[in-house]
Amino acid sequence: MMKKSINILISLIMVAGLVSCNDGGNQKGKKGGQGGLATNAAERVYVAPGELDEFYAFMSGGFSGQLGVYGLPSGRLLKVLPVFSQNPENGWGYSEETKPMLNTSYGFVPWDDSHHPDISQTNGVLDGRWIFINGNNTPRIARIGLESFKTEEIIEIPNSAGNHSSSFITENTEYVVAGTRFSVPVPQTDMSIKDYKGNFKGALTFISVDQETGRMGIKFQLMMPGFNYDLSHPGRDKSHGWFFFTTYNTEEAHSLLEVNASQNDKDFIAAVNWKVIEDYVNNGGGKKVPANYAHNILDEHTHTATSTMLKEVLTVNPMDVPGAVYFLPTPKSPHGCDVDPTGEYIVGNGKLSADLTVHSFTKMLDAIENKKFDGEAYGIPILKFEDILAGVVKQPGLGPLHTEFDDKGNAYTTFFISSEVVKWKVGTWEVLDRQPVFYSVGHGMIPGGNSRKPFGKYFVALNKITKDRYLPTGPELTQSAQLFDITGDKMELLLDFPTIGEPHYAAAIPGDLVAPKSRKIYKLAENKHKYAVLQDSEVRVERDGKEVHVYMNMIRSHFNPDNIEGIKVGDKVFFHVTNHEQDFDVPHGFAVIGANNAELLVMPGATETLVWEPKQVGVWPIYCTDFCSALHQEMQGYVRVSPADSNIELSWSLGED
Amino acid sequence: MKKAGIIMIIGSLLLLGLFKFPLWNIMLGAPQYPDPLGMDIYIEGIQGVEEFDIQNIDGLNHYIGMKTIPKVEDMWEFEVFPTVIGIMVAIGVLIGLLGFFGKVSYKWFLGWFVLMSVLGIMGMYDFNLWLIDYGTDLDPKAIMKLLNPDGTPMTYKPPLLGYQKMLNFDVDSWPATGAYMMFVGMMLTVVAFFVGKKEYKAK
Repeated sequence: MMKKSINILISLIMVAGLVSCNDGGNQKGKKGGQGGLATNAAERVYVAPGELDEFYAFMSGGFSGQLGVYGLPSGRLLKVLPVFSQNPENGWGYSEETKPMLNTSYGFVPWDDSHHPDISQTNGVLDGRWIFINGNNTPRIARIGLESFKTEEIIEIPNSAGNHSSSFITENTEYVVAGTRFSVPVPQTDMSIKDYKGNFKGALTFISVDQETGRMGIKFQLMMPGFNYDLSHPGRDKSHGWFFFTTYNTEEAHSLLEVNASQNDKDFIAAVNWKVIEDYVNNGGGKKVPANYAHNILDEHTHTATSTMLKEVLTVNPMDVPGAVYFLPTPKSPHGCDVDPTGEYIVGNGKLSADLTVHSFTKMLDAIENKKFDGEAYGIPILKFEDILAGVVKQPGLGPLHTEFDDKGNAYTTFFISSEVVKWKVGTWEVLDRQPVFYSVGHGMIPGGNSRKPFGKYFVALNKITKDRYLPTGPELTQSAQLFDITGDKMELLLDFPTIGEPHYAAAIPGDLVAPKSRKIYKLAENKHKYAVLQDSEVRVERDGKEVHVYMNMIRSHFNPDNIEGIKVGDKVFFHVTNHEQDFDVPHGFAVIGANNAELLVMPGATETLVWEPKQVGVWPIYCTDFCSALHQEMQGYVRVSPADSNIELSWSLGED
Repeated sequence: MKKAGIIMIIGSLLLLGLFKFPLWNIMLGAPQYPDPLGMDIYIEGIQGVEEFDIQNIDGLNHYIGMKTIPKVEDMWEFEVFPTVIGIMVAIGVLIGLLGFFGKVSYKWFLGWFVLMSVLGIMGMYDFNLWLIDYGTDLDPKAIMKLLNPDGTPMTYKPPLLGYQKMLNFDVDSWPATGAYMMFVGMMLTVVAFFVGKKEYKAK
């Protein structure tokens, strides 16, 4: 009897084994590989209603110019954080308060192409104070405060064009660094493009960050030869004090770069000893040159931004600072330039190379000390490739773009052309695993993956091509991210999720480093806005020539005032609206018919201003656009607009019969 | 009666907790208030559990026409209660001291307890009257005028003690730290009475 049961049991197990083998076989054949049910992937990305994600992932908005905030592992979009582009949804870049944030030396620029977010660090570990991101097109760096999740500061970078090897921060957030992708004449001048070679310059900009306020200021610009500076990475731990920039087009071609900039067998990684340059400029070194660039700051108490044009910048010629800059030869137009958490290894992702080149920081120092140079470029010593090489990851894939690290000594490199992520061992250079991605990954991201302390639980592939991954939406698709579990020996694909714009790089941080200090409201008592009305008794409408200022407030569920008369065609009406709520998640909207700019979304305790230029006689409604309460629909009012020559006096009221 | 006197003094002094800690706490939770709004009722006034809770409770209450939560100057109780408690502490300590030196009988301890209990019940009665007034004296121009199933106008008196569902709110009304200290203090005065009685008989 017993024997029989055991036999049955064994055959049951065998059948089960067969079935699961078959399943596995089917899934491999399927695009995407792993079925959620077979691997419990669904369980691992499921964040049940009411529960919270483990990580915030900040993914650059790419050509949207904004910053997408997602939760991991769910992949849920939590917020689109406006940075460089106008956002009519909440009036960013349209309200009088925020318009100065988008001011530049080119005037008001309402958009940009945002690329590489990086979270502030202390001792090489994520601290969750701020996140920085670069505007690639009109060179700018933005700082976003992670209490309010609001862009608090934007600084323009002069002498730069295509602010791409940015915005990466040193391990105590001493500097946020911005390198130019396109070299340009400095100062700009009317000259023949054919005279590029030897005449154009590439500015690498070091922006100091005030540790209390986060305020940015350009400390110096290193004026490098006219190569293209693609990506960069700070040294960590033992290499703290150095910064590494990949270059391409060391050929200095100015036309048909896809061919002409791909001729040299090796381009360079520029190793910059910024501590030496810092000492040099602190002791009066460098040359102040005329410049014109905007520095825009949003004040948290006045809720108002100011834009200041700065007229001078300190430049440093690398030749003037011995020991400041060296070139590390790196095969074939390297893109990503990544330093492992120990700071020893500098990975050059030569995007046209079949191998991955890894330089050794220790060997680099040794080569510098023993002057093992292999010539120079524009007076900058070139180190000997063989002397600084730590190792080569052989034939890992095609088109390596970027490498990220976990906390167990593994590296993860993205391959655009062969559309895969490859895991390899730092030190042995052995390939451990490879997984296909759908399709053509750009950067990858591990939370804290470019710090001393990565949180090696997830890898996110930021794919460039989407094709058939979602229900089709015509020719224009979102981008697609893919989440891998990297806790095991093999990477395991858990989830696809769509992302806004085109995320280039991303940065993620454990929720508990940010969430507890997330702001709920602005205190009305701390509101120092020039046009705020903190008391109902201050509500009023004032005329100053053709300008009319409406000092208005709002609380569930009315505007005060809600009836205004005496406005005339041709007036410029400033609605200064203060939200009197002091309760979490009770913003009010403000919308007026025919507004040529946007609406406002005013947070509790804040004041914002919308300009309205009425063009037609009549009685026109205003209303709240955010469903604020059970009486949201009642939250409305009227503005009477009279002919330009009318002599109706200004009057305003609330609750009068 | 040394021991009994000391217990009496400690018991009376525990009432001083009412000057530092709330007597009562009312919490209002709702689907849209996962972090409930709350008010702490002190003998000297009402405060929000969080900085803006009172303002937000008033904001919600205006829909159903309730008066705003009284400020210190709006209610005589906030002046009288601290005075009464202060006097009762002083009397209790005095009786305790006199008992300690054998100048008064242990029966005074019970006398103090009875007086304090009467005052306490009067206080609760007054508190309940306020809750009734607050919950029923509604603005005739209230935005929402709701009716009970039997057709009578709905009122919103929060419970004196315990839990009650009121519209979308879960209301919890319970004694707070100050009340527990008062309760323990008053029990100690009863203990003092029995200890005193035992000490008296042992003599």
